[in-house]
Amino acid sequence: MDNKTIIDILQGKFGKNASAVDESSDILTLTIDRSILHDVILCLKEDAALQFTFLTTLCGIHYPDVPLPLGVVYHLHNLYEKKRIRVKTFLPGADPSVSSLTDLFSAANWMERETYDFYGIIFTSHPNLKRILNVDYMDYFPMRKEYPLEDSARPDKDDRFFGR
Amino acid sequence: MNKPNYTTLNLGPTHPATHGIFQNVLTMDGEKIIDTEQTIGYIHRAFEKIAERRPYYQITPLTDRLNYCSSPINNMGWHLTVEKLLGIKSTKRVEYMRIIVMELARITDHLICNSVIGVDSGAMTGFIYVFQEREKVYEIYEELCGARLTTNLGRIGGFERDFSISVLSKIRDFLDHLPKVLKEFEKLLLRNRIFMDRTINVGPISAERALNYGFTGPNLRAAGIDYDVRVTSPYCSYDDFDLKIPVGTSGDTYDRFAVRQEEIWQSLKLIRNVIDNLPEGKYYMDVPEFYLPPKQDVYNNMEALIWHFKIIMGEVNIPVGEVYNSVEGGNGELGFYLISDGGRTPYRLHFRRPCFIYYQALPEMIRGGVLSDAILTMSSMNVIAGELDA
Repeated sequence: MDNKTIIDILQGKFGKNASAVDESSDILTLTIDRSILHDVILCLKEDAALQFTFLTTLCGIHYPDVPLPLGVVYHLHNLYEKKRIRVKTFLPGADPSVSSLTDLFSAANWMERETYDFYGIIFTSHPNLKRILNVDYMDYFPMRKEYPLEDSARPDKDDRFFGR
Repeated sequence: MNKPNYTTLNLGPTHPATHGIFQNVLTMDGEKIIDTEQTIGYIHRAFEKIAERRPYYQITPLTDRLNYCSSPINNMGWHLTVEKLLGIKSTKRVEYMRIIVMELARITDHLICNSVIGVDSGAMTGFIYVFQEREKVYEIYEELCGARLTTNLGRIGGFERDFSISVLSKIRDFLDHLPKVLKEFEKLLLRNRIFMDRTINVGPISAERALNYGFTGPNLRAAGIDYDVRVTSPYCSYDDFDLKIPVGTSGDTYDRFAVRQEEIWQSLKLIRNVIDNLPEGKYYMDVPEFYLPPKQDVYNNMEALIWHFKIIMGEVNIPVGEVYNSVEGGNGELGFYLISDGGRTPYRLHFRRPCFIYYQALPEMIRGGVLSDAILTMSSMNVIAGELDA
């Protein structure tokens, strides 16, 4: 299966402008709007010609300086044809919500909880969306870029010489 | 929610039978498990966050601490990911050396898991037998990199040193010795009436559910799906060698045990095959901007010192890009999703940890069974707390 087949099937179903296609990196990458995310993944999973039946991983990402700062990256795998695909969706900072994939993949349950835990992305219709690795009473989302790892303003440390 | 006659039982977080720090709150009807609620994260160390502030070399020690029963696989997986981002073409000798080290690590990983299944079903002896052999692999690691558990083995672009004569003879010695011990171990358990009664049909999962739950590695193969990263998307020249993928049928504890056992045999065969065909050549690739110069040069040669400093401090040019790379870890597909913005540290690094993904299937697998079977199911899934929590 080549990239063109996948793109043709998806564009036939969801229209020409449904997804931005990027073939420059190692895996075919689609960037789609969150409103059709669930439908696109469903199509990728259940279309007889595509059969991306395995959710390899999903994770969040944060680009603080763009209009849609938060994102979710999905990696799907067609085990029959040994083909991988990457699907990205970006969300506004004020309302970072996207539909959950738990109805399609049981594996998505904890991965989405982890993404919520790290980035505060709300997965609507997730059965049990609460923190998983961090403590329940944590009041921020630590993987967002506004929480740098160490205090760069520490007065006792001069980092100029260390390329930071 | 609980009916009045249900008992709530806390298993963990530090129960000796769970072999790691995670908690299960079981709802029980007498001996029968009605449901369980899992709590994880007790050793969460925020590796993905820490990795965003560390130059590429300093991320290798983080990967050690994922699945610490087979650290070298994690190290190699990370180095391969960086090499994929940098577009480094590797040489055969380096790839073959990596296969040897990774397969040794896989053997130790499976040995621990399988012998612990034995311990949890009441057979301590096998555990002691195979730990003696595991020790030999740890001695090989020690010769290769100086460390035993958290190995930090290898470099971006190869190895820090070549296999010495002593390493090669230790590997051959291990290859000669292990089959004897392994056979003894199998005699003890594989057709043992008690062991079979304890494990067959315990904690089964169907192929369909396993796939839906994102199972990979021996646990998926025990359910009957022949997915192995080494074969489906070969890396490191695994496709140069003949590799059989053992599969089970019912996905129960016995099948998981048997699949791991067979994989040890396959790995042994593979290592022997690789070591017999080990080509001559350099043990590192020609990438001076990323491969650390040898120590004696660093101490005696200005240019080497400068390169050493630049590489350690992350002052070399890293291309912008994103890659997903996966290797077959001890527990399944260990993936690294790396996004680089050209800076000295990754912009984002996500670890696909197989444990984390398949451990969520535990409630479904132990529901309706008894507590002692739940312990066996858990140990046969090989849940490693370090990988679970990252």
